[in-house]
Amino acid sequence: MLKLLILLVIILGVIAVAQLARVYELTSNLRKNREEEISHADNRLNAVLWIVYMVVFYIGFIYLMVVYGKPLPEAASEHGKDVDMLMNVNMIIILIVFFAVNTLLFYFSAKYYYRKDRKATFFPHDNRLELIWTVVPSIVLTFIIIYGLRTWNKMTGDIEGNDFETVEVIGEQWKWYVRYPGADGELGMVNWNLVDGSKNIIGVVHEDLINDKLAQIDETMAQLRDDLNANRNMMSAGQVESVEDEIYRLQRHKQRILDIEDYDIEQGLTGWTAGLDDVFPKPMELHMPVNKQVLIKFRSKDVIHSAYMPHLRAQMNTVPGVPTEFKVTPTITTAEMREKLGDPDFNYVLLCNKICGASHYNMHIPVIIESEEEYAAYLESQAAENNTFGVMSGVVEATEAPAEDAETETPAAAPAEGDAAAATENTEEEITAAR
Amino acid sequence: MAGHSHKESFVSKYVFSMDHKMISKQFLITAIFMGIVAVLLSLLFRMQLGWPGESSAFLHGLLGDRWAPEGVLKPEAYLALVTIHGTIMVFFVLTGGLSGTFSNLLIPLQIGARDMASGFLNMLSYWFFFISSVIMIYSLFIETGAASAGWTVYPPLSALPQASPGSGLGMTLWLISMTLFVASSLLGGLNYIVTIVNLRTKGMKMTRLPLTIWAFFVTAILGVLSFPVLVSAVVLLMMDRMAGTAFYLSDIVVGGEVLDVTGGSPILYQHLFWFLGHPEVYIVLLPALGISSEIIATNARKPIFGYRAMVGSILAIGFLSFIVWGHHMFVTGMNPFLGAVFVFTTLLIAIPSAVKAFNYITTLWKGNIRMTPAMLFSIGLVSTFVTGGLTGIILADSALDVNVHDTYFVVAHFHVVMGMSAIFGMLAGVYHWFPKMYGRMMNTKLGYAHFWTTLVSGFGVFIPMHFVGLNGSPRRYYSYSEFSYLDATIELNELISIFAIIGGIAQLLFLFNFFYSIFRGQPATQNPWGSNTLEWTTPVARIHGNWEGALPEVHRWAYDYSNPHYEQDFVPQTVPLKAGEEEH
Repeated sequence: MLKLLILLVIILGVIAVAQLARVYELTSNLRKNREEEISHADNRLNAVLWIVYMVVFYIGFIYLMVVYGKPLPEAASEHGKDVDMLMNVNMIIILIVFFAVNTLLFYFSAKYYYRKDRKATFFPHDNRLELIWTVVPSIVLTFIIIYGLRTWNKMTGDIEGNDFETVEVIGEQWKWYVRYPGADGELGMVNWNLVDGSKNIIGVVHEDLINDKLAQIDETMAQLRDDLNANRNMMSAGQVESVEDEIYRLQRHKQRILDIEDYDIEQGLTGWTAGLDDVFPKPMELHMPVNKQVLIKFRSKDVIHSAYMPHLRAQMNTVPGVPTEFKVTPTITTAEMREKLGDPDFNYVLLCNKICGASHYNMHIPVIIESEEEYAAYLESQAAENNTFGVMSGVVEATEAPAEDAETETPAAAPAEGDAAAATENTEEEITAAR
Repeated sequence: MAGHSHKESFVSKYVFSMDHKMISKQFLITAIFMGIVAVLLSLLFRMQLGWPGESSAFLHGLLGDRWAPEGVLKPEAYLALVTIHGTIMVFFVLTGGLSGTFSNLLIPLQIGARDMASGFLNMLSYWFFFISSVIMIYSLFIETGAASAGWTVYPPLSALPQASPGSGLGMTLWLISMTLFVASSLLGGLNYIVTIVNLRTKGMKMTRLPLTIWAFFVTAILGVLSFPVLVSAVVLLMMDRMAGTAFYLSDIVVGGEVLDVTGGSPILYQHLFWFLGHPEVYIVLLPALGISSEIIATNARKPIFGYRAMVGSILAIGFLSFIVWGHHMFVTGMNPFLGAVFVFTTLLIAIPSAVKAFNYITTLWKGNIRMTPAMLFSIGLVSTFVTGGLTGIILADSALDVNVHDTYFVVAHFHVVMGMSAIFGMLAGVYHWFPKMYGRMMNTKLGYAHFWTTLVSGFGVFIPMHFVGLNGSPRRYYSYSEFSYLDATIELNELISIFAIIGGIAQLLFLFNFFYSIFRGQPATQNPWGSNTLEWTTPVARIHGNWEGALPEVHRWAYDYSNPHYEQDFVPQTVPLKAGEEEH
């Protein structure tokens, strides 16, 4: 109905324009006005309109600023507070310039409208004035640049100390996966060549899975070869070629998997098993402990996505083939924020912010910020429900009494990480010694 | 060329013309047509954003079951609309349309040349542009839909037909169209540079060039240096799509299939694209600034303030535009130190921009301002240039960009700069030089109505959009209903859509005025605006070769308005200096 109305308005608009033009044509013919000779009345009218426009524009702008100017709730991360502060300072500067320059512009436009009896002032240049408006913006910009880069360096700087959590976020059309490192504090290596349906969603590297995948490829290749040999005479040249291409493609796939082993030795042997205790939560949610540094690692399986957490003022692209990371220290738990906003259903959110296809608008997961104890308990319960990679992929059998194991294995996250780091060092030493 | 008398056929005069004035009109009409298409596309997706999911018989009638089943736009169709709207506006309207029209029209006329250095290349330039426009429009009608990876067409999304239906034939057509477009742009750009350097008439020193020509000159140089990089990006992307290479692809599993690609980087494409993409912003903006400089000086009856500083800022902006592309990529995982360098270079651009803005304002100060429609649009341009430039300071600051990157704040920013400033420059140019193009005047009153409705609806669309962005609304979203934290933006989005529709309708005022005046406008006089530049010394009849008899000789700069040595408030460039008068 509304659209019909719009259509009607368009048609009426066209008719109105046509009529208007005819009236103008007739009247201007009568008055013998030249189009380029702007009458005094017109000059004055437009001068007044500049002032009217300025007032309406400013009122509208200020109204929007008052009603919608405090858009997101306060930043829920440490660097987010700095970002907000920087934003406010910058906003104040640009708003001052915005109002000052626009006011001058509209005011001069209105004040100096054309009058026959006067002549414009011949004022072609003035070095002093030009120097002023080169130097003053330079000084302001120097401040903006220095302040901005200080904040930037702080937020992109290295993680401080060893006391941090690691979590991985993986983008795929059009869902997010989250992976926690599990008891050993280390994320297992991944390789896209090992991705296999729901069994190995992101391609975690493990010996059994490599052998499975190799066997699978060999079997497919053998089948294709058999088919080809049996039916070659009945196939067109094009069909033969496409089957041969497929075999060749599989061969290369196989070769890439074989290459993983060489690569892995250089990286240290822990990569072979570190993935087994990695946790893939159900349902997919990104949990983070409050007041602790969290290193979020990002990967993408297919196209570029961008993990955007507006409430944390955090964003990083996920790029296939190019792992990225972002460190964040959450400062307000979900429960606290719910209380602050008076909204019991509030949730932080991680959403996709890089165009990635049809359902780009519908690719998001909740982010839950909780106390360190709650976080540890969450990870434990996920492990207890056998949501670890090893169990999900069938490499490790489901434990009968997982709760007890989990308790003994994860007393606290930090020491476990320390151990893992030490273990890595040991294995690396062993390898170098062996060589 | 005087008495140039050979008969021209219809085809050689109106179709395969080599006359720069005719080619400029061809560019303009094509660009206006493309502009209409792009505005209509934007109204379609604005309807979805303003009234999400509301069924419309009109939409169903227009797009059919395939793209709007039950009268509701499909997400795929939405993305295609956004992509083609952006592509057409940036390249076909604001690059081809703006430079193609005004560089072609004004360069020979304002420097005192009979025509472009090569009329034939100029003709080729238009026909490449025409064919590429046809292909781009055609891609809207194919079965799998037009390209829908955003106007920047980042791979892997644009490289993999499995990832998006628009990345099939639609993307192939997009890439072919863009390649032809670049060919057109390069042919035009080379021609402009050569013409300006070689064909200036006697006395037309570089320091006497009108600012329009300086702007077109620097624009052409930017284009010639940056567009080839876009071609290389596009060709590599075509290779990835068709020849099984992996320049931009690595480690990809799509639709459960492990792709046979490794070693490429999607980020490489972004570097190549934005190496063009950022100069492109100034390719769009500088001609508009040149046009407004000329119009503001003429109608304020006052010399442009700080001519040399204006030229210097154009050169500075042109140079800096080549070393800032990384500010589009702060969140790609680029080394933070590199990001910091791009923050620095980007913010430097604010200095020449500030100089330009203040010089415009000082030009108006104590002027004698004639409110022609062209003048109104030029003043509007300065306002939008300042407003859009200021939000650029926020976006250039990497620490702030992390939170507003790819939100509607960005969309608002570049629409204020390109969608308003550059478009205003183009419209101002049309109103101002219409008498030179068609020998008739446009209706002034309709021009007023057009300007004020456009200004109000333009700001009505783009100012609220900043606040939508600050709320954290990602761009290129088909719907925001999933996110309760964005509830406040629902009414803003509706407001924006209403203003967009009003603004779209307001353009009918222009279209009517334009086409009506071509045939029935008041016949023009030789120098209707009392202007100093050479184009107003040519006859109204717009003859081949531009001037009857000898070429004019130039004795002064273009901005002797209200010179105290003279009674009249303008002194054309062809008037020799008086005894004792010093040149500026």
